[in-house]
Amino acid sequence: MSKMRYSRRTVLKGGAAVAAASALAAPMVWAQEIKDITLRQFGTGVSNLNDVATKVKEDLGFNLEMTALDSDSVTQRAATQPDSFDVADIEYWICKKVWPTGNLQAMDTSKIANYDKIVGTFRSGKLTPESVIAQGTAPHTVGFVEGPGGKTFAGNETGWMTLIPTIYNADTLGIRPDLIGRPIESWTELLNPEFKGKASILDISSIGIMDMAMVCEAMGEIQYGDKGNMTKEEIDKTFAIFTEAKQNGQFRAFWKSFDESVNLMASGEVVIQSMWSPAITAVKSRGIPCVYQPLKEGYRSWGGGLGLSSSLSGMELDAAYEYINWYLSGWVGGYLMRQGYYSAVPETSKEFMTANEWGYWFEGKPATDVITSPTGDQLAKAGDVRDGGSFTERMGAVACWNSVMDENQYMVRKWNEFIAA
Amino acid sequence: MGKSRDIIAYLQAAPLMAVLLAFLVVPIGMIVVVSFWGATEFSIYPAFQFDNYAFLFGSPVTYKVFFATFKYAFITWIFTLSIGFTVAYFLAFHVRTQAMQTALFLLCTIPFLTSNIIRMISWIPFLGRNGIANQTLISWGLIDEPLEWLLYSDFSVILAFVHLYTLFMVVPIFNTMMRIDKSLIEAAYDNGATGLQTLWHVIVPLTKPGIMIGTIFVVTLVMGDFITVRFMSGSQKANVGRLISNDIALLQYPSAAATAVVLLCTVLIVIGVLLRFVNIRKEL
Repeated sequence: MSKMRYSRRTVLKGGAAVAAASALAAPMVWAQEIKDITLRQFGTGVSNLNDVATKVKEDLGFNLEMTALDSDSVTQRAATQPDSFDVADIEYWICKKVWPTGNLQAMDTSKIANYDKIVGTFRSGKLTPESVIAQGTAPHTVGFVEGPGGKTFAGNETGWMTLIPTIYNADTLGIRPDLIGRPIESWTELLNPEFKGKASILDISSIGIMDMAMVCEAMGEIQYGDKGNMTKEEIDKTFAIFTEAKQNGQFRAFWKSFDESVNLMASGEVVIQSMWSPAITAVKSRGIPCVYQPLKEGYRSWGGGLGLSSSLSGMELDAAYEYINWYLSGWVGGYLMRQGYYSAVPETSKEFMTANEWGYWFEGKPATDVITSPTGDQLAKAGDVRDGGSFTERMGAVACWNSVMDENQYMVRKWNEFIAA
Repeated sequence: MGKSRDIIAYLQAAPLMAVLLAFLVVPIGMIVVVSFWGATEFSIYPAFQFDNYAFLFGSPVTYKVFFATFKYAFITWIFTLSIGFTVAYFLAFHVRTQAMQTALFLLCTIPFLTSNIIRMISWIPFLGRNGIANQTLISWGLIDEPLEWLLYSDFSVILAFVHLYTLFMVVPIFNTMMRIDKSLIEAAYDNGATGLQTLWHVIVPLTKPGIMIGTIFVVTLVMGDFITVRFMSGSQKANVGRLISNDIALLQYPSAAATAVVLLCTVLIVIGVLLRFVNIRKEL
């Protein structure tokens, strides 16, 4: 039944009047039934935006119900309660953990209109043909399976995608330039005794360990085989370095939630710490200088996408495909890019951004006018340039992706010890 | 006749039994059972293994953290007891009229009308590096550099505990003091006892049950806490509660359950020891 809508579109394009006549009645039926459809989506706070749900109702006619959870709860729910959601908005490393449970179904890329326009990072793994693939759980390594029922990842484009990429970014350290007063260029500065009692990292093991690894590698203390998949010895050495720093009073605090990181930075308790892009924005919008400092060793990157519950079928499944196609068609992308994230299909988002916004956020050009967030806060003034520059400069300098290791359980226990040490 | 009275008695006790069974015995039983289970990264599976306990007792961190928990409980107890006793003493023996007593007692409870978390978090901007406390001390010329240890330290954790839990000491002690027969104190004075002697030989012994109830409140609350330690130490310090909450966040439920069982036993032992000192049934 719901297929009709797609067929109408293609048929009208082809101009086959007879087929059109038989199909034209269908959209009305579809329109009647679609109002009753509710897709339940859950995920982390970054992209679970009420504005998106409102716009879905407006553009597509059905309801989108959103639940925001922290990444640990998201993992748990995706793994243990497959019937509690229709669409899972999860990160790629969570996908690696959850996919083997069979709670998500692979998506047919031939039904994704903008599939060919999705950036290379999520398909071949290469942003540009010359790109070197970063360490960790790079999205393309867990992005495809062999077929509809596939349980193991394919690692190359097969036509069956696990997650449709929606949002991603390159993370680095946030600093208070006014309180530091000199250039910061390397991850090693996090453990620089100069910032004793004024540094912080985040207390989320899977992400924190990657920041630690970036620091230890930059210091030349540890040469990792793969930062995203450490051996037990590498994990031990990494924690030894950070435990010593902790006991020497290097860290003021650890943060777990977004607003904690904002408060630590804004109050001046901390001058250098692991941070997320919108947190920098939040500090800046209080009129306090804060820089998302690009570092010579590169970025720690993350990516999220939409996965479909394996229990979705029939009209709900079609609605979910419709939703995903809409997601990639530009409006959401534009919204997210104006927050400092990147969209999986940048070229469609361009239409939903002003030339000034596109230049500032994507091309790394100086702003020609005031830059405001989607909610209206001023983020930059004319002449400002985005920290880290253009899309290719930032995403091209990714050193590793957020990941799950084979030794994850061991790492988690060591993390718990580190916090208690 | 006797038999039917037995049945009626059982029936009368049944509702309470059912409630306790459903909401106390069964959950604790579940925790004990799960503590022997195994866990993968995202699920738990039934088993009967001692891995969780072996890891718990094999890690030096466990002992450190249990020590820290006792340290917090002990120091907090000292402060809440001395403050709580003083306040209760003042209310019970220095305030003459009952109306005034009630009014002042209600005054003590006013801060407790706000949420626990709010009362705790409001210390953070106050004690911060650029907070009111440091700014005031600097402007008075007492210090040149801001005091770092005011926030995110053992000091701030214990300060918050004392602030949060002193009332739990005031109430039972005040309650016991109000029951002391005033003629006993007059008798002490008539026999030539000094104020201090009266306090130590008459009032303190008679207040013991109240002190003990307050102690049980404070000790169990502090030993079971995790959120105060997390916020006030900026995640830099740990007690057993944080160990459990970290495990839960990382989906390691069996390990969390094992830690919870050990903590429960520890707290029960502490209370058992405390009850040897004083017969609190006299109070009830």
